Amino acid sequence: MSSFFIITGVVTLLGAAFAMSLRNLVHCALAMAIAFSGVAALYLQLAAQFVGFAEILVYVGAIAILIVFAILLTRSGEAPEQSVLTSGWLAGIAVSALVFTVLGWAVLNSSAIPRQTSPAPVVTVKNIGDALMTKFVLPLEIIGLVLTIALIGAVLIALKEGSQSKADDEGLKMKKPSSSPSIPGSQFSTGGRP
Amino acid sequence: MFNSLDQIFVTALHWLVSFVPEALRPLASSLVCIAFILSVFPGVFAITTIFERKGIGRIQNRYGPNRVGIPFTKIRLCGFGQFIPDGIKSLTKEDIVPRAADKIVHFLAPVVMLIPVMLAYAVLPFGKNMSVTDYDAGLLFFFAVGGAVELSVFMAGWSSRNKYSLLGAMRAIAQMVSYEIPLILSAVTVVMIVGSLNLSEIVKHQNQYTFGIAHWFVFTPWGLAGFILFFIASLAESNRTPFDLPEAESEIIAGYFTEYSGFKFALFFLGEYLGMFAIIGLGITLFLGGWTSPVSFLTWIPSYVWFLSKLMAIVFVFIWIRATLPRLRMDQLMNFAWKFMLPLALINILVAGIWHYLGADWQRWPVCAAIIFGAYAVLGRGLMHNQKLGKRIYRYAE
Amino acid sequence: MTPLQTCLLVSALLFAIGFAGAVTRRHAILVLIGIELMLNAANLNFIAFWRFGPHPEALTGIMFVLFSMALAGAEAAVGLALVIAIYRHKKTSNLDEVKDLKG
Repeated sequence: MSSFFIITGVVTLLGAAFAMSLRNLVHCALAMAIAFSGVAALYLQLAAQFVGFAEILVYVGAIAILIVFAILLTRSGEAPEQSVLTSGWLAGIAVSALVFTVLGWAVLNSSAIPRQTSPAPVVTVKNIGDALMTKFVLPLEIIGLVLTIALIGAVLIALKEGSQSKADDEGLKMKKPSSSPSIPGSQFSTGGRP
Repeated sequence: MFNSLDQIFVTALHWLVSFVPEALRPLASSLVCIAFILSVFPGVFAITTIFERKGIGRIQNRYGPNRVGIPFTKIRLCGFGQFIPDGIKSLTKEDIVPRAADKIVHFLAPVVMLIPVMLAYAVLPFGKNMSVTDYDAGLLFFFAVGGAVELSVFMAGWSSRNKYSLLGAMRAIAQMVSYEIPLILSAVTVVMIVGSLNLSEIVKHQNQYTFGIAHWFVFTPWGLAGFILFFIASLAESNRTPFDLPEAESEIIAGYFTEYSGFKFALFFLGEYLGMFAIIGLGITLFLGGWTSPVSFLTWIPSYVWFLSKLMAIVFVFIWIRATLPRLRMDQLMNFAWKFMLPLALINILVAGIWHYLGADWQRWPVCAAIIFGAYAVLGRGLMHNQKLGKRIYRYAE
Repeated sequence: MTPLQTCLLVSALLFAIGFAGAVTRRHAILVLIGIELMLNAANLNFIAFWRFGPHPEALTGIMFVLFSMALAGAEAAVGLALVIAIYRHKKTSNLDEVKDLKG
């Protein structure tokens, strides 16, 4: 495989490793953005142009920003003082090493993997558009529905509670008669020259 | 003869690349294109800063810089040489990094801003056969790298460990994310009619002439609405007045680049203006015909001259708007994007579809124009309904 | 080692790193970052098989990845809204402390 692919792969994996191991959360999010850009570069080398650009647009341009906003809204920007690892961290690392071993063994020793390398397929955006409108139109519509539901759901979940009770208090206050104008200076609003 | 003048840069590129052995030719061709972009657009940036200062000065009934010629010589330029001492000043000023700042992120933020902005120039067609790369999904590439700029804004704001920088960065990101949607939706109408995301293809579609007038998309109802929406959204994407709350001096000192001085500030400034040129270039390509001329008897003027003049004309309109309009408040800005521009952009897409399916008769013009104008009137009236603008009150100093 | 096997090993390692992070870190947002890395690894797998497999003109790999990206975006939005809601309620985003059913 070309050296460019190996370098991009190494950059991606380093970004992912840093994203999972740094103490400062914002550094983790930025390392994750590097990992996503590395994956986009890998897609471009595998001749999937549209998917590569869509990855940068969706992951780096939107999901990374979303994660950064969530880090700031939950005040996790400062470095934590106690340990960053859970109590069963050793078992977690062992299981993940086991997962990688099994997957690697399967990849290297499988007989179902095609051995010959075909030339790069030429896929235009027009082909993708045609496929989306003919063969994959049902998943397209369902994805539209899912995104709408996720949008409404996310807004509802993160909405500040207590806005309903605050509105009731405002309603009670308005009913009391007010003899003096509550806003100072409102008597002067009608004239320019004294 | 005019055709060879038009293609002079392409022939120069082929001639330069022919000196290199066969295997290295793609690399040499890319390097020459990169050198071209890196030399032309910072030059346009320098000229724009001068025009901005002098133009805003004249609109405000004062002179802008009017003394600086070329330093160390006796050449008098009446202020047009101002960019030379400005550049030297920003290069030689002391680079102050706050003690509590996150040094690596603080250093990398201007770099992360400049790289996507420079990448965006790779798909713009500057003239006939004159785009650096010809991606099948060129428009998607442009918007993808535009989205990567927001990350650098956050890096700059957060790494300064300054409340106001962070606040300015959050406002800037919210504004950029909100205005990306009308930007992309107004570009989608052009993609629908042309049927391709390739920018050279989009310009070729506008290179036809009827009764001597070009088929620019801005001359159609949906194209005019789309161009106005794209123009307003690009004002907001480049943080220009009236959308420059995140970086206005009277609001938040300098927003997310408060703690930057010297060359890093110059890099941010350069990045912002280059981003402005890139997005204006995209607007010209999509709606104003790219490198084509508006009337058929002026096609002998070279295509890159047309592109550059359109670019400078729209930059002048940007400067004019900066000197004229007041700033929008943050909530007014967000309301404008989500409640006014987004519905209009969606209705514009509908109208572009109706345009395509009504065929090539004359009836589609009044129908589409009526739908767009009706939507604009209803949305405008509906949104202004609750806001009572009272009689204007003048208070004079006595 | 064929190019396909290199791609698959890179994606397997990316998946393992994402999994390790999601299982060992305490902060809720880091778990979400791990999940996003695992989704990216699976997408890379799909594109690798699309590129080196028998029928690339059927576009199945690309379609799957596009829909997977859209779903990952929706899931990240909802997940982060949940993290913010939990933080507002319990004043912590530490997963070890969010373990009581009683509110």
